[in-house]
Amino acid sequence: MSTVTIVPTGTANLASIAAAFDRLGWESRLSDDPDVVRTAGRLVVPGVGTFGAAMGQIDRSMLSDTIAKRIANDEPTLAICVGFQVLARSSDESPGVEGIGAIDDTVGRFSDAIQVPQLGWNEVSAPPEARFLRSGWAYFANSYRIQSPPAGWISSLSDHGSPFVAAIERGATLGCQFHPELSGPWGAEVLRRWLNQEMEVS
Amino acid sequence: MTLGTRLIACLDVDGGRVVKGVKFKDLRDAGDPVSAAAAYEAQGADEIVILDVSATEQARATALDTVAAVRAVLSIPLTVGGGVRSVENARVLLTRGADRVAINTAAVASPDLITEIANEFGVQCTVVAIDAAQSSTGWNVMTNAGTRNTGIDAVQWARDAESKGAGELLLTSFDNDGTRRGYDTDLLAVVSAAVTIPVIASGGAGSPEDLAPAVDAGAAAVLVASLLHDGDNTVGDLKDAMRRSQIVVRT
Repeated sequence: MSTVTIVPTGTANLASIAAAFDRLGWESRLSDDPDVVRTAGRLVVPGVGTFGAAMGQIDRSMLSDTIAKRIANDEPTLAICVGFQVLARSSDESPGVEGIGAIDDTVGRFSDAIQVPQLGWNEVSAPPEARFLRSGWAYFANSYRIQSPPAGWISSLSDHGSPFVAAIERGATLGCQFHPELSGPWGAEVLRRWLNQEMEVS
Repeated sequence: MTLGTRLIACLDVDGGRVVKGVKFKDLRDAGDPVSAAAAYEAQGADEIVILDVSATEQARATALDTVAAVRAVLSIPLTVGGGVRSVENARVLLTRGADRVAINTAAVASPDLITEIANEFGVQCTVVAIDAAQSSTGWNVMTNAGTRNTGIDAVQWARDAESKGAGELLLTSFDNDGTRRGYDTDLLAVVSAAVTIPVIASGGAGSPEDLAPAVDAGAAAVLVASLLHDGDNTVGDLKDAMRRSQIVVRT
């Protein structure tokens, strides 16, 4: 059985993520050891809770640079929800906290004109060039989001009051604002394509 | 592209079995929670709620195993409530496979618990369950599985719960629960207007046509139990009825 390494960001719903990988035939292990994180064949950065709390956990384990380098070197990396947001430079949720910076953008709060948190299933529209994403319904649980497609990434979009970034991908890296592990068979397929990426014809 | 209205299947669990009561009493067996949860997901349910209604500690321990067993097969969100009294209780549920926790009696007794859970796990994880019974002036908050009328105004409590950090309210009409006479749409309208967070309608759905009025009254999600457990309706039937009323639901 192949193994996925999950970075413990402290407050994540790790059981759901592990169960989703298990159903796909992949074992998961938690590690915040920089060497393990650096060399992992598949790395997941999960996260629920706040930008500051997740980043605090990453900084305590001194993993920010390691994760940034993995993405720069195109090592298979999956970031989910707040774990996706911390790839940005910063977030309005936790002013003064520096993100990993792999995405040259900032995270902002949804407009007050719409219900926050966004809780539930929303439609995602994926462009034809997306490798991991397809259009479909995804489960979201977030109050903050990246609003505009960041340069240099293939973005899939959704809409809550106004358009926002539902997922980004580039090479072996996938970042999801939604929870693929909670998005039913559609989400399982997103995970499966990312896990089995070398086997896919690109 | 728009956020769909959620159809939530609720399993009241006692000692590892699904039970169903009327006005929180007269519980009767309604099957195995793992197969029920899997079936409802396959039918198109958007979320599963497990409410642990166990009367004994032993049954409560069994409920944790139920959460883990349901998680193993479930690829949609799982909210668990019943007997959550502390951040540690919540953590154990999340560790066993819940995505969100619902707090009720303990939140009324100690509203700061809402803030503590929200700070630790995020607002999206923090559901406050409110059981509301009609009073002469409005609705009162019931606690202790519907056995204690606190005299607290339910609408004011909804506002307080939001300000303490609740990310969602699970609003059950004590009077309508299990009666299948429809949701209390007056209650839903007043509470939905009083808060900005999503409100889940619960208690009283008796036919597929009962769902749309709850959404029209302001509910972001509808929770059903008896309507599904008796096998007369599938989740698909309920979503079809919602679609006929022009409500956007996940396909």
